Amino acid sequence: MADPTEPHGYRAGARAGLPLVLPTLVVGASFGVLARSLGWGTVAPIVCSLVVFAGSAQFALASVLGAGGSVLAAVVAAALVNSRFGPMGLAVAPGLRGGRLRRAVEGQAVIDASLILASREGRVDRELLLGVTLTQWLAWQSGTVLGTLGGGLLGDPDALGLDAVFPAFFLVLLVGEATDARSRAAAVAAAALTFALVPLVPPGVPVTAACAVALIGLVRR
Amino acid sequence: MSAVWLSIAITAVVTIAIKAAGPLALGRRELGARASAVLALLPSVLLCALIVATTFGEDGRLVVGPRAAGVAAAGLALAARAPVLLVVGVAAGVTAAVRALG
Repeated sequence: MADPTEPHGYRAGARAGLPLVLPTLVVGASFGVLARSLGWGTVAPIVCSLVVFAGSAQFALASVLGAGGSVLAAVVAAALVNSRFGPMGLAVAPGLRGGRLRRAVEGQAVIDASLILASREGRVDRELLLGVTLTQWLAWQSGTVLGTLGGGLLGDPDALGLDAVFPAFFLVLLVGEATDARSRAAAVAAAALTFALVPLVPPGVPVTAACAVALIGLVRR
Repeated sequence: MSAVWLSIAITAVVTIAIKAAGPLALGRRELGARASAVLALLPSVLLCALIVATTFGEDGRLVVGPRAAGVAAAGLALAARAPVLLVVGVAAGVTAAVRALG
């Protein structure tokens, strides 16, 4: 049953994602700066952000290629980092509209922030999801353009400590999300599994593997 | 620069496919009660995994550095019931400070 006091709708989505707009913009800019420094030119970084729209995968591409890695190595790294979108796409599908093709298109809007902010008791609020994603998308694209064309105007995001913003924001959300014993147990198990896997498997795989912890939901209460 | 363009194109297609797989498989199907129970846990699980991976993960290694200090400080601010933007600001500020001093 939908809770009328919970935010819903596109604008609520945009508002919910607001704390992330500036960090997303600056990280997008840093991608643009990095890509330029690696000789990508002015078009490729912008197109990359448009068609991939996944920061960690884009940085994986840039760093593997920049270190002299092959195209195969680069795309495998990016694919592993993005593999979590598999379970996330599954999670988002029932909340979308239309047949499988339309849902496959709408499902492209799923990103970490929007899935998490739009999740309501195992179901995703479609408008909330789209609202969050739209604002993140605008921030990401503008940031990339600024960084690609504006060079070092915005300074070094690491010097500004901006790499801590996403995990801190996720921490805020976690406190609001893991409110019962079962979700707390799942959170702890996911943390432990991720810790264990980070040194063992390529980046991105720990997060995707940790999604399997949600399967404890199959156990009857 | 064709390696760059090829990588971008392949990654875009692969990412689109990954995101499309779930909706294509499920179509209009509703999830059963058990699947819903699993997905209800996914936000907590995903959040925790992302927090750990992005706070401590550095190129396939666990690192306890300025970012960890910033996130820890954010945790304290959160425990002190600071508003979201302040928590996030504390994270950035502490991380920047520790990094500058280190």
